[in-house]
Amino acid sequence: MALSIEDIKKVAHLARIEINENDANATLNKLSGILALIEQMQAVDTSGIVPMSHAQDLSQRLRDDVVSKTNLRDEFQKNAPILGNGSQELAVAGGLYLVPKVIE
Amino acid sequence: MANNELSNGSLKGYAQLLQSKQISSLELTQAFLQRIKQYNPCINAYIALDEDKTLAQARAADARIAAGSAAPLTGIPIAQKDIFCAEGWPTTCGSKMLANFVAPYDAHVISQFNAAGAVNLGKTNMDEFAMGSSNETSYFGGVKNPWSYDRVPGGSSGGSAAAVAARLCAAATGTDTGGSIRQPASLCGFTGLKPTYGVVSRFGMIAFASSLDQAGPMAKSAEDCALMMNVMAGFDERDSTSLDRAKEDYCRDLAKPLAGLKIGLPKEFFAEGLSAEVGQVIENAIAEYKKLGAEIVNISLPNTGLSIPVYYVLAPAEASSNLSRYDGVRYGHRAAEYTDLMDMYCKSRAEGFGAEVKRRILIGTYVLSAGYYDAYYLKAQQIRRLIAQDFVEAFKQCDVIMGPAAPSTAFKAGEKVDDPVAMYLQDIYTISTNLAGLPGMSVPAGFAPSQDGPALPVGLQIIGNYFDEARMLNVAHQYQQVTDWHTLAPNLPEGKA
Repeated sequence: MALSIEDIKKVAHLARIEINENDANATLNKLSGILALIEQMQAVDTSGIVPMSHAQDLSQRLRDDVVSKTNLRDEFQKNAPILGNGSQELAVAGGLYLVPKVIE
Repeated sequence: MANNELSNGSLKGYAQLLQSKQISSLELTQAFLQRIKQYNPCINAYIALDEDKTLAQARAADARIAAGSAAPLTGIPIAQKDIFCAEGWPTTCGSKMLANFVAPYDAHVISQFNAAGAVNLGKTNMDEFAMGSSNETSYFGGVKNPWSYDRVPGGSSGGSAAAVAARLCAAATGTDTGGSIRQPASLCGFTGLKPTYGVVSRFGMIAFASSLDQAGPMAKSAEDCALMMNVMAGFDERDSTSLDRAKEDYCRDLAKPLAGLKIGLPKEFFAEGLSAEVGQVIENAIAEYKKLGAEIVNISLPNTGLSIPVYYVLAPAEASSNLSRYDGVRYGHRAAEYTDLMDMYCKSRAEGFGAEVKRRILIGTYVLSAGYYDAYYLKAQQIRRLIAQDFVEAFKQCDVIMGPAAPSTAFKAGEKVDDPVAMYLQDIYTISTNLAGLPGMSVPAGFAPSQDGPALPVGLQIIGNYFDEARMLNVAHQYQQVTDWHTLAPNLPEGKA
């Protein structure tokens, strides 16, 4: 199935990756090649075959509901990104992470 | 330095030198750091070094040896692929997205090496988020193949591969989602093992395609790989797919004779697409196995050709989901300028990811998007079962499967970088074992002439049944008793970066 430039833009939006017109065109070209490779699958009759979702047939292990991890918030917050929009500070305040306002 | 010979040693040899006090861990570690200083500016195998941390571990190892409580790898300097979180070390996964990330905890693999008293020499270069077969997608630049500096080391574990081949470490770790240990092992001429899925914990190992990712050793010999596996393998409750099995000694079968071993040769691994020179080296290796008493069985893995299309649906689908965590909110790259939250996500991800990673996220997002799920994702999972069943049938007729690990020797930097499909075909012989969850190895089997340069290493792939690592290591070790390909190291030119 042929991809269009609109498909690329839609998928890029779904993936939350900004893409300009030039990049979209170049991406269309490369992705079309990869999809052509993938299309080889369509020649195979797979009716009745149970999908294999994992390398081992495992059932999910359960554990007791007990505290197993310590709070590493201060450690984790050292890896916070730079706030941006003119600020060179880490995007944290009072143990929280700073993001643009989402509720008016 | 007089350590040319020293850098060529075996893990067992280093352990003997250390425990008999002929050398200290500090001296051994400094010898490798010296080689790294000399050659790494050109080869670019390491992207993070921290001499203070490394030497502190070496001193601690010497104290442990002095106290008489050394384990087999105590004091031995190991290179760690930059996909593993190591507390206090930069952990970038080869990406601009994580260029400033310092791991706040240890991956299971790292804590296993720490508990063994091994020394962390540094973090090695890799394709960005392990997506690549040449190390050229790394944000930190390509890696030179020590056998020929104009060529790639393979990927994604290209930095670990070059470090092992150039003797810039005693051994290294890698990860293999579609061939990322075995293809570079073939292209750089050393021994690499991808274990059965679930044998080595993925905790703290940055995720690419979670149903396929598996860590393993990259080392000079099968015996070294066995010693590394003794440290790396084992149950870890923090990885939900870690298998709760009894601890194994992977060295236990190394000395077994191979008489009566049944080797399956899949006709699909010797068909069109394999370089004639590589094919010849593999045939010579098979002839050597016959001399060791092995029996050859002709087998078929009819769905081999479909493994690449299936992989390029499943791996990008899983990657698009795994990499959605990089949103610029709590860690990783955030764009310098943005308007609202959506703009922050889209710009941060556009800037933080490289071209190949973006391509795979887009492919993954596309095949999972409404209306296409059945045609792509479900279909790929069904064919994945057919591929796994091929192996079940094959192992009814043979003990191990052999063939090439990669279709060609190391190619030139830049040669395939603009043609993703050509790059993907590098993994034609390795991907099917990841899909099936089986263990696979690459073992140095000789050199193939190249048209415009030196002869280049070729790896023999050994595929085993589930949990058959000890037997595969035995099969590789016996070959290494009668051949010396694994002992050969490149003469490194004093090239500048």
